[in-house]
Amino acid sequence: MSEAAFNVQTKMGKPWKKPPFVQRKWLRLILLVGIVAYLIAAYMTIDVNWSRVYQGLERGKKFVMAFTNPDFITRSTDIWEGMFESIIMTVASSVVGIAISIPIALGAARNVAPLSVYLICRGIIAISRALQEIIVAILLVAIFGFGPLAGFLTLSFATIGFLSKLLAEDIESMDRAQAEAIKASGARWMQWVNYGVQPQVMPRLIGLSIYRLDINFRESAILGLVGAGGIGATLNTAFDRYEYDTAAAILIIIIVIVMALEYLSGVVRARVQ
Amino acid sequence: MLRLEKLLKTYKTGDQALQAVDMDIPEGQVLALIGPSGAGKSTLIRCINRLVEPTSGKVYLGDIELTGLSSGSLRRERRRMGMIFQEYALVERLTVMENVLSGRLGYVGFWRSFLRRFPQSDVDEAFRLLDRVGLAHMADKRADELSGGQRQRVGICRALIQNPALLLVDEPTASLDPKTSRQIMRLICELCKERGLAAIINIHDVALAQMFVQRVIGLRLGAIEFDGPPEGLTPDVLTTIYGEEDWEATIESVDEEDEVVAQ
Repeated sequence: MSEAAFNVQTKMGKPWKKPPFVQRKWLRLILLVGIVAYLIAAYMTIDVNWSRVYQGLERGKKFVMAFTNPDFITRSTDIWEGMFESIIMTVASSVVGIAISIPIALGAARNVAPLSVYLICRGIIAISRALQEIIVAILLVAIFGFGPLAGFLTLSFATIGFLSKLLAEDIESMDRAQAEAIKASGARWMQWVNYGVQPQVMPRLIGLSIYRLDINFRESAILGLVGAGGIGATLNTAFDRYEYDTAAAILIIIIVIVMALEYLSGVVRARVQ
Repeated sequence: MLRLEKLLKTYKTGDQALQAVDMDIPEGQVLALIGPSGAGKSTLIRCINRLVEPTSGKVYLGDIELTGLSSGSLRRERRRMGMIFQEYALVERLTVMENVLSGRLGYVGFWRSFLRRFPQSDVDEAFRLLDRVGLAHMADKRADELSGGQRQRVGICRALIQNPALLLVDEPTASLDPKTSRQIMRLICELCKERGLAAIINIHDVALAQMFVQRVIGLRLGAIEFDGPPEGLTPDVLTTIYGEEDWEATIESVDEEDEVVAQ
């Protein structure tokens, strides 16, 4: 009936506009003015002490200049030990984390798991994501003492929240028809996952795993600051001693490794498409 | 061979997809299921192998009642029902061979299938079937490298390697060009004849259905409106199934197409 009442003549000769997201005009105006006012007020509360910034620039300059003259030699044994520890932590925690993430991701995908399993797995993911790495690391250092074991456990735990969530989302958006076809052949559940689900999400799983490896390496540098071992501990010591040239050397190594991983992930992802 | 008794499906949304459908299909009969979109054709064949769980009613395959089976026995019975899909539903990132062999998953254990070490007899049969549809040389290609017609032929092999007694075919020609559509329909019907298979083919192309099958069932709003030989599809019958339209063109075009085939 609304179709019949529609008179196309009333639309002739008038410009057409996309209907706005917020329909009521006054509400739209209030929202817009409110957001702008809040942003202005928010920026005005940020207190900048310009004389402090001026002093700090000197120190910043020293720090940056250290990069032109990084010192790999003086503390080389500390650097290599820390680096070695970080790499072990990264690889071990990534492998363990990914291995645990895959079944949790399957459980957290609504189109694969029944509701009860889904809720449990989503709960695990929520806990893992809610607890920030540093907080977990402080707790685990308190339990297991200083050293890479706490770092390894922290990164494994953090990997679960990250990888399970993103992989579960990919599983949920897979093509149902392909999975249905496998089910129709009389496959067992495990066979169904192996033939109907896994091929569809494999590129994403590989991409995410490499990305997580990269994140875990960078995080391992941070975790050292709270005593969880790795290159971060060496870096922290260098800062405490104002040895900016050693710190610069460490940072350069981290940057190079992260860039190498980035390049590697690009190559691998292009191959598994 | 296959018998449906008062099969009824109501979706959670309240849509009545099937209203107490009765149907009896003898051994070796190829049947076309026609009807407008939303008539319940897809739901009907999915209720048979329980990819969709029917609300009530019974489905018998031979003497076995499928609707009451536990998941384990349902899996065993699904092996006897090969399914061919609209848009092929091949696992795109697997090879043609893996797709065909996936039809044997109901027969082999998990580790065998996981390691892709299928019994030699399965591999031989897969090659025989691929050769039958002219695709043996494509066995190691990935499924997404194939054209539409080729993919559907792989889909047919996947269904047949199950060694089924019944084929459930859901819009096999929906995304194919007219010539390929006919080749696919002909292939399905030939293979059913060779192997003495019964088949239910969902199809919205009435003319194409009339060319190949012995029996047509017309579904409208989840109820059977017509059940008879393809010649029985008069303009009046098509009007009761689909609604008012000029049907002469559809029916005439069948005759023309027959001539083309005869050449």
